Amino acid sequence: MATIGQLRRLAIRSASILVLLLAWELSARLDFTTTFHLPALSLVLQRLWATAMSGDLGLAAMQTLLRALAGFCLAAVAGVTLGILLVRNRIVGWFFEPLVSVGLPLPKIAFLPLFVLWFGIYEQSKVLMIAFSAIFPVIVSTAAGTENVERQLVWSARSLGSSERAIFWQIILPAASPQIFTGLQIALPTALIVTVVCEMVLGGYGLGATIIGSMKMMDSIGSFAGIIAIALLGYASIQIMGLVRRYFLGWHQESQT
Amino acid sequence: MKAFVIRYLPLLILGGIWEALPQLGLVDRAQLPPPSEVAVAWLELLYSGDLAANGLSSLVVLVQALLLSVSVGILLGVSMARFSLAQDMFEPVLKALYPVPKSALIPIMIIWFGLGATSKVASVFLGCLLPIVTSTFYGARGVEQTLIWSSQSVGARPVAVIRDVIIPAAMPDILAGIRNAIAIGFILLISAELLIGQVGIGYLISFLGEAGLYPGMFAAILTVSAAGFLADRAFVLVMRRALAWRQ
Repeated sequence: MATIGQLRRLAIRSASILVLLLAWELSARLDFTTTFHLPALSLVLQRLWATAMSGDLGLAAMQTLLRALAGFCLAAVAGVTLGILLVRNRIVGWFFEPLVSVGLPLPKIAFLPLFVLWFGIYEQSKVLMIAFSAIFPVIVSTAAGTENVERQLVWSARSLGSSERAIFWQIILPAASPQIFTGLQIALPTALIVTVVCEMVLGGYGLGATIIGSMKMMDSIGSFAGIIAIALLGYASIQIMGLVRRYFLGWHQESQT
Repeated sequence: MKAFVIRYLPLLILGGIWEALPQLGLVDRAQLPPPSEVAVAWLELLYSGDLAANGLSSLVVLVQALLLSVSVGILLGVSMARFSLAQDMFEPVLKALYPVPKSALIPIMIIWFGLGATSKVASVFLGCLLPIVTSTFYGARGVEQTLIWSSQSVGARPVAVIRDVIIPAAMPDILAGIRNAIAIGFILLISAELLIGQVGIGYLISFLGEAGLYPGMFAAILTVSAAGFLADRAFVLVMRRALAWRQ
């Protein structure tokens, strides 16, 4: 049974969102704002529905999703590999450690015009820009996770006669995986942010291009609809990432509680 | 000193390769101007005042947005941790805002505030706000209850409890949140400048790129990279200073 206190909290929590949405709708309906500055929520939802039915929304969302995923997967594979090598291989560690620690805090998006110069304005530059922005947290978390694997685990496996390859696949990688996933979970929102910027600056369809294109046509309804769509996409991808983590780490202590 | 050299030798090697590739004609000079050319272009940008003017504009936007997001973020985070009404009111809204890639809000800021500094400040502010609120909230909620009770028992008023007990105890989390916010702030600042144009270091980069002045573009990119790097390192030093009393 929910107590009265819990019900009251639930009411306040849902009311805060509802009041906000209602204020949005009313301020537009009562002409406190212009349709250009803040189009009514109902108009935005209608547009979202219309573009979903015509297939335009799905096409744009798919473009954005594929770009973000391509860049993210590239960053994940390269980042995990590099992160492990950073710890396991002395030469790789020596060479890349300073590059990674300098690269991590850089505002990578400033390199976008450079990527355009090298790779053009189409998919290649966008995907590589996304991967470049997302790779650093993956490398750093993977290296930290690999570094922190308990020595006893490795020693006991070795004393039982495991090969180095088995030790890597069966001990080091699983033991480091919680931190690897944390790195991936940091990299995913970054990949989405950068995808949207690339699409806004360089065009080439996708939700970012929809949002900025609508703005340039003074069609605010389109911009707001695009933002709701990208928010849903962001929400879904973050949730799915969480599920993937839980699926792969089902054996780990963190999933037992 | 020797350890420092060995540690940063790879950066030097990379710089050497970068210089050698275009000089030996292995890579097109236009695609990759050597560091020597970039350095000359940097000095030219410095003397012409372009770097200072655009850099200053970016700096002002960043500082304004950070100050705003730090004050609003701490206020919001602490009140959410202390008052369940505030938590119930703001948490759903923040949760709804969380998955939005904040760069998508830049066009809305342009619609609301026009093509100027206000839009940039608002975009950076929105990007920085969430990490600060979240970390302040968790930090303030984790403060030991006994500390709060003992301060109350010696007669501390609610404001004093927040100012003298909760905020200092939550400081490690708050500072970690601000560090994240600085990184995100740089991204949004440059993105907004690429889109809005007119002025700022992001604008300078895209302007030089579109004009085909690639050594200058490289110089501007390296400048903003250095700024992002130094801002992070400087903030880490500030963090250590500010948390020294805890040891």
